[in-house]
Amino acid sequence: MNQKTSITLTINGRDYTIAVEPRRTLADAIRDDCGQTGTHIGCEHGVCGACTIIVGDEPVRSCLMFAVQADGKKIRTVEGLADGGQLHPMQQAFMDHHGLQCGFCTPGFLMLAVGVLEREPAISDDELLDVLSSNLCRCTGYQNIIKAVRAAAKEMRKG
Amino acid sequence: MTWVGRAIRRVEDPALITGQGRFTGDLQAAHWVRFVRSTVAAGKLTGVYAPKGVTMITAADLKGVKKITPMLHKFGYKPVGQPALAEDFVRFTGEPVAAVVAASEEQAEDIADQVGLSIDETKSVIDARAALAAGAPQIHPEATGNIIIEGKFTTPGFDAAWNDANKIVRVEARSRRQNATPMEPRGAHAYHDASTGRVTLTCTTQMPHLTRTAICDVLGFPESDLRVIAPDVGGGFGQKMSLAGEYVVLVWLARKLKSSVAWTEDRRENLIAAFHSRDQYITLEGAFDANARLVALKADIISNVGAYSCYPTTCGVEPLMAMAEMPGPYDVQQYSCLARGVMTNTCTMAPYRGVSRPVITFVLERLMDKAARALAIDPVDIRRRNLIATFPYRSAMGLEYDEASYKETLEIAVKAVDLPAFRKRQREARAKSRYLGIGFATFSERTGYGSSAFAARGMEITPGWETVIVSVDPSGFVEARIGSSPHGQGLRTTLAQIIADEVGVTPEMIRIVHGDTDRAPYGWGTFASRSLVISGGATLIAAQKIRAKLIKIASHILEAAPDDIVLADGAAKVAGTDRTIPIAKLAREAYTQTYRFKGEIEPGLSEAGHYDPPGTFSNACHVAIVDVDVETGHVKVEKFIVAEDAGRIINPMIADGQVHGGIAQGIGNALLEEIIYDENGGILTATLADYLPPTAHEIPPIELHHIETPSPNSLTGAKGLGEGGCIGAPAAVVNAINDALSPFSVEIDEIPATPQRIRAALRNAGKAA
Repeated sequence: MNQKTSITLTINGRDYTIAVEPRRTLADAIRDDCGQTGTHIGCEHGVCGACTIIVGDEPVRSCLMFAVQADGKKIRTVEGLADGGQLHPMQQAFMDHHGLQCGFCTPGFLMLAVGVLEREPAISDDELLDVLSSNLCRCTGYQNIIKAVRAAAKEMRKG
Repeated sequence: MTWVGRAIRRVEDPALITGQGRFTGDLQAAHWVRFVRSTVAAGKLTGVYAPKGVTMITAADLKGVKKITPMLHKFGYKPVGQPALAEDFVRFTGEPVAAVVAASEEQAEDIADQVGLSIDETKSVIDARAALAAGAPQIHPEATGNIIIEGKFTTPGFDAAWNDANKIVRVEARSRRQNATPMEPRGAHAYHDASTGRVTLTCTTQMPHLTRTAICDVLGFPESDLRVIAPDVGGGFGQKMSLAGEYVVLVWLARKLKSSVAWTEDRRENLIAAFHSRDQYITLEGAFDANARLVALKADIISNVGAYSCYPTTCGVEPLMAMAEMPGPYDVQQYSCLARGVMTNTCTMAPYRGVSRPVITFVLERLMDKAARALAIDPVDIRRRNLIATFPYRSAMGLEYDEASYKETLEIAVKAVDLPAFRKRQREARAKSRYLGIGFATFSERTGYGSSAFAARGMEITPGWETVIVSVDPSGFVEARIGSSPHGQGLRTTLAQIIADEVGVTPEMIRIVHGDTDRAPYGWGTFASRSLVISGGATLIAAQKIRAKLIKIASHILEAAPDDIVLADGAAKVAGTDRTIPIAKLAREAYTQTYRFKGEIEPGLSEAGHYDPPGTFSNACHVAIVDVDVETGHVKVEKFIVAEDAGRIINPMIADGQVHGGIAQGIGNALLEEIIYDENGGILTATLADYLPPTAHEIPPIELHHIETPSPNSLTGAKGLGEGGCIGAPAAVVNAINDALSPFSVEIDEIPATPQRIRAALRNAGKAA
């Protein structure tokens, strides 16, 4: 179990070749081996969604995936969301609508919402609420997150 | 144009939305710690066995380290000490017994799994009433009968009022145990610097300075040798204001190993061992006269405080706050109360947003609804008849209520909800076997507690004041160093708004520095809805001094009378002329051209403000509309309306966000969240699949109405509002459930009102009928 395997994770367009134990979670690998600490860990059992990232084109909980399973895959994290100095519409909307307070769950919500809206730009408000219910936030009471995501969805559709 | 009162975007956000926030768990360390925790609720610890060659410390290694022993000099408080690692006895499941140190987190976990504990298990007691019974196991010999604190109070005229009453109404309420559940669990990183011998402790705390004081007290070294940093903190809600014994161990290890050492709490540890709250039984009786006026109130409060006493507030915080604030927003001058803090073999209680007020508001508002029914008047009407309306008001226990708007907020909420239309909809729904209900909660939210409030409680450590140092550097940028320690409240934005108006620069020119004992002045951190009131007041004082000095310098340089100088838009101007000088230039002169002031102005541009207010009261009326499925017991909160008065609002966007977040926690408290122990003291709710904070699905749209009654007890006019959301919501939601179920003669007086409890109540009512 302690034998390390060499893998390459492509995070936000950059390759990280790292050696990990098979049991190492993708969340730990991204944070500790690749130094990308914007992805947060809130429960390590797949409930809170703070560690949500985009693998390929799917939002996934990186605490429920082993790093070795992501070998060679394209990964997007919160650090890669903005385009240079230009914030992603989702980031801008979270600021505009006060969709964050302590900011710990925020990267997970951003990646969840972006991943889902890229896949289903015309998603209905009800379906969006279902999706957003998969992550936990303890500060905002969600209303401003919902507002922000709906506003960003509009912007992204204009695209 | 002023900055105060505007919904400007937060200065905190750009880093947090781009993944550039800096949290404790982001730091790397040479050594990682895993705590080995008690697997049983009570027992004598007879041995700890580790595999050969591993680094592990136990209480035996911590000789000379004092126990964490917070103190209260009142109400018969029994000081009970908590060792950082258990000594001879374990007293709750999850209590730290040993610390394993390894080169990585994984290795430390692997080793910890192999550590054997030898514990002679003894009989435990989990429930507070059981702990009060004769023959119950004694948690600490000092706290006889498991009573660690007992507050008693009766007004002289109580008996007469009670005996003259027209109607006595009684509620026996139960509030189950909760965990504050910040999204970031606790964690710490301690680093020993060989060149200075100092240790830097970075940790997820709401109180960096007091963490330093506490750790240096128990380890016995000077505070100047410890720097405590609270970086970005992922929510606290009170759980991170109490001292974690684990942090003491981390600092001890960093000094011992002369290296860096880190610990990140996992969610299971957080749920079983990171402080619980709200586990109370309250029996409340109200005596009403013929006009439905509450004339006397009698309370019996039993607060389950767990196995130890939290530092710094002590475990008196729940029972004593319940006792002092039980009468809430109602004018009742006769009061009798017995409040006991009871020790059990459970995780230690500590403050959680609202502290006792979500519970006492729930009980008091259940009482008002029951009284309304018993007296055959409308629930709104009984509140109208009893809310405090003249100010300042002195409560039965001597609390002074400043100007507020209890009746006005009730009327705004009643109007907003359109009660007649709702009652019509409710009747129509009932005809189709659908059960809608409406619930009201009116309450006061005491905020901005100054040191006198804590002294009245008898606390040895009386937080309350704050210091803020505002400086303008030679480049003209403003820095405010504060003793508060915000972690999501947006205080960097709101304080910058206050300073911007005084100093005449934009908020982007102002940096608020907090959460570092090397940089910030001594202060008490962020808790108890205090920071905007107290740090805000200190900020205003300091900024006004800076303003006065800038004007003095400008009057020298521009050769004009100080009264003619106006500070605005980054410059000092002589009113009615075109003579002007940039503030940045004034700042530079304050440092580099002091000879020009001929000794009349002190060099530099840095001023301190101190503030210690008497305390103030915010208030609100909450209304919940619910839809109860009587087949499944499921409750859907359809809508939530708030009429709120927190004095002057500095940033409406941030204020609304605080209310939203509080309401979500209150709805969780009302319907979902419960830490459950089995009869042997094992925890059944150790994951977020079992302990259920609400998701976006459970939180309805929230309609907010504000009125602003400024307080003379707050320099900025702002009252605190961090806790109100979660104070009112449980009462409003459960009153609404009871209203919905009124055709079934069901009374739900327990939170959370889970589907199981609602179904059980309906089944029992069915049997009775």
